[in-house]
Amino acid sequence: MNTLLFENVRLIDPASGLDQPGRLLVRDGVIAGTDKAGAEGTPENATVIDGKNAVLCPGLVDMRVEIGEPGYEYRETVSSAARAASAGGITTLAVLPTCKPAIDNPALVRMLRTRGEETGAITILPYGALTKGCEGKELAEIGLLHEAGAVAFTDGARALDPARLMRLALSYASGFGAMIVQHPEEPSLAGSGCATAGALATRLGLPGIPAAAEAIMIARDIRLAELTGGRLHFAHVSTGEGVALIRQAKERGLNVTCDTAPPYFDLNENTIGDFRTYAKFSPPLRSEDDRLAICAALADGTIDAIGSDHLPRDADDKRLPFAQAATGGTGLVTLLGVTLARVHDGTLTLPQALSLLTHRPAQLLGAECGTLAVGAAADLCLFDPEQSWLVEAGKLPGRAQNTPFDGRPLEGRVLGTWKAGRRVYEAGQA
Amino acid sequence: MASFPGRHTRHLLGLEGMTPDQIEPLLDLAESYALLNRSRKVPRDVLRGRTLINLFFEDSTRTRTSFELAGKRLGADVINMSVAQSSVNKGETLLDTAATLNAMRTDLLVVRHSQSGAPALLAQKVEASVVNAGDGMHEHPTQALLDALTIRRHLGTLGGLKVAICGDVSHSRVARSNIFLLTGMGSTVRLVGPPTLVPGAMKQRGVEIFHNMEEGLQDVDVVMMLRLQRERMSSGLIPSAREYFRFFGLDQRRLQLARKNALVMHPGPMNRGVEIDSLVADSSQSVIQEQVEMGVAVRMAVLDRLTRSRPAA
Repeated sequence: MNTLLFENVRLIDPASGLDQPGRLLVRDGVIAGTDKAGAEGTPENATVIDGKNAVLCPGLVDMRVEIGEPGYEYRETVSSAARAASAGGITTLAVLPTCKPAIDNPALVRMLRTRGEETGAITILPYGALTKGCEGKELAEIGLLHEAGAVAFTDGARALDPARLMRLALSYASGFGAMIVQHPEEPSLAGSGCATAGALATRLGLPGIPAAAEAIMIARDIRLAELTGGRLHFAHVSTGEGVALIRQAKERGLNVTCDTAPPYFDLNENTIGDFRTYAKFSPPLRSEDDRLAICAALADGTIDAIGSDHLPRDADDKRLPFAQAATGGTGLVTLLGVTLARVHDGTLTLPQALSLLTHRPAQLLGAECGTLAVGAAADLCLFDPEQSWLVEAGKLPGRAQNTPFDGRPLEGRVLGTWKAGRRVYEAGQA
Repeated sequence: MASFPGRHTRHLLGLEGMTPDQIEPLLDLAESYALLNRSRKVPRDVLRGRTLINLFFEDSTRTRTSFELAGKRLGADVINMSVAQSSVNKGETLLDTAATLNAMRTDLLVVRHSQSGAPALLAQKVEASVVNAGDGMHEHPTQALLDALTIRRHLGTLGGLKVAICGDVSHSRVARSNIFLLTGMGSTVRLVGPPTLVPGAMKQRGVEIFHNMEEGLQDVDVVMMLRLQRERMSSGLIPSAREYFRFFGLDQRRLQLARKNALVMHPGPMNRGVEIDSLVADSSQSVIQEQVEMGVAVRMAVLDRLTRSRPAA
C-alpha cells in the first residue's frame, strides 16, 4: 500500500537502546525496518521524508491525561485533545476516568477506546474508575473494566482514603494483575489547602498542604502493597520525601512505581506569585528543594515515567479567588519541550528523557507502543531538540488553554507526528 | 470404634487434627444409617431417653432441621432453642446459659454461634456432649463429614483427590472443616476465588491457591461451591454480583475444565446466577440433593457415637 522512508534522522528507540543516525522504513502503517546512515537504495514508490538530522523517536505515550469527554466537553473533547496531542508528538494517551459519568462501566471503557480510534490520531488507553463513580466508597467492577480494556485503576486526583479500602483494592486487583494508581495525598491533612505549606503560603494567607501529606500516604500505601502483593503506582509525585520513600521501597524489591509531571520538575511554588491560579495544581507546586529532588529522582530512575497530567479547564474554572479556582493545567503540547529543558540543563540524557516519555510508560500500562521495533505500529514523533518556540496561552492547539507555562520559551519543537504511518501533525500547518 | 482425638472424645468441636482412622469408621457408621434411612428401618431406641437441645444463636433452617431429624429418628427427645426466644436476648452470658442447660441434664447440645470458639467455651462448662453446628468462620464439622461421605460414595475414596473449594473461603467455616478433613485424608485442596476472599495466608501443606477459576478447576475431581453472602458486596470485598459470576461463577463451560463427571457440590442455600449457574446446579453431575440426605445420616452417626461414651440414659 503506502511506503514511507525517513532519511537523515537520528533514530532514538529507548526500548532497544538504539541511538544512531539512520533511516526508518514504514510499510502499510507498520515499522518495516531501520538502517544506519549512509545506506543506499530507496524502495519503489516510497515517499521520502528528509528529517534534516532531527530526532525520530516513538510517538510519545502520555500516561496521565484528563480529557473532559464525556461530561465536560466545554473544557476539551476527544478530538480537540487529539489535535493538542499530535502537536505535542503524543500518539497514545492514558485517560483518567474522572469524567461525567465516571468510567466505572465496561461500556464506557469501550466507548473511550473507540472515540480515540475515530480520531485516527491517538490511541486512548482508558483508566478504569477504582471506586464506583470515583467516589472513594465502593470498589468499581475492576474485573469487568479490566476485561473491557481498562489499563489501570484510579480515582484521578482523589486519593483513595480508607486504608481498608486500599488494602481491598490492591488485593482484589492483584487477582487480575491490574495496577492501582494512587493520588498520593493524605486527605485529612491536605484539608482545604491550596498551596504547599511554607513561607509563601503563609505570606499569601493561603491554607497550606504540607509535603508530609504526600509522604504519609506513600508510606502507608507501600506498606499495604507489601501486605497484599498488589501492584501500586503513585501518580504525579511532587516531593523529595515522597520519592525517597519510593526509592527505598524499590531497593527492598517491592513492585512500586511512580510518575511525575512537568510542573513538578520545572516550576516551584513561587510560580503562583500573586495568586496566579493557572499555577494552581494538585498536588501543589512545591519548594525549590522538592523540585530539585524530583529532578534527581528522574535522573536516578526512581521515577519511572513522565505524564503530562493534562487537566483542561476553562477561564471560568480558573478566574476565581485562588482557593476557589480549579486545579490543573494543560500539558499535551508542552510535554516534550518542558522535559527537554531537563536535557538541556544536563539533568537527563536525551535517550533517558525519551524513555520516560515512551518505553517506560508503555511498559507500566502494558501497552504495545512506545517502540521502534520492526512490526510495531508506526507511531512516530519527529522533533528538533534545539529549535525554540514560545508557549502562548490562547494560541495552543486544542481547546483548553490553561497552561502554567504561558510566556515560556522552550527548546525542542515537534516537526511532525505520525499515527500508524499516517501524518497527523506537521509543524506550521496547524 | 475409634474415638475422637483428645478433648474431642466427648464432643465434636472440629475436624482439625482428626486422622483417617477416626474419620473412616464414622463415615462407615453414617453410611449404614444412610442405608437404614432409605429402607426406613432405623432402630428407634439408639437415643431413647436422651435429650438433645439444638441451641442456635444464629438462624439456620437446614442444619437445625437436619439435626432435629437425626435425633428424632434415633429416638431422642429433641428441643429447639433459638436465640430469638431464649434468655440470651435478655442479656444472659454464654456461661450462664451453660449452667442452665447443665441443670436440665441435657445429653447432647448442638450449638451454632456467630463467634468462632463459642462451642468450645460451652464445652468446657457443660456436662452434655457438644456438637459444633457451625461457629463463626471456624468450623462446621458435620458439613465436612457429610461432604466427605457424599464424595466417598461416588468416587470410592477420600485420598489422592483434587478438590476445588470455590468462592468465599475466607469467611467459610465449611471450607475450613473441609480443608482439615480432605488434606488429612491425603487429598489436595484448591482454594479458588478473588484474593479478597481467598487469602494467600491459607496456603499450607496440601492446599493450593488460585485466583483464576479456569486454572483452579483444571482436572479436579470435585468442585465445591460456597455461598456468597450479600454482605460481601456491601462490605466492599467484591464489586458486584455480576462481576463475581463472570469471573468466579460455576457454569457449564468452566465445569468442562474439571475431570469428566466431576462432582458438583454446594452446602446450600444456593444463589443461582451468583456463584452457580442453574444448568450446573440441576445437572447430572450435581450431588447437592444427596449432600442434604447424607447430612441426616452423618448427624445420626455423630449423635450415636458421642452418646456411646456417655453414662447410660
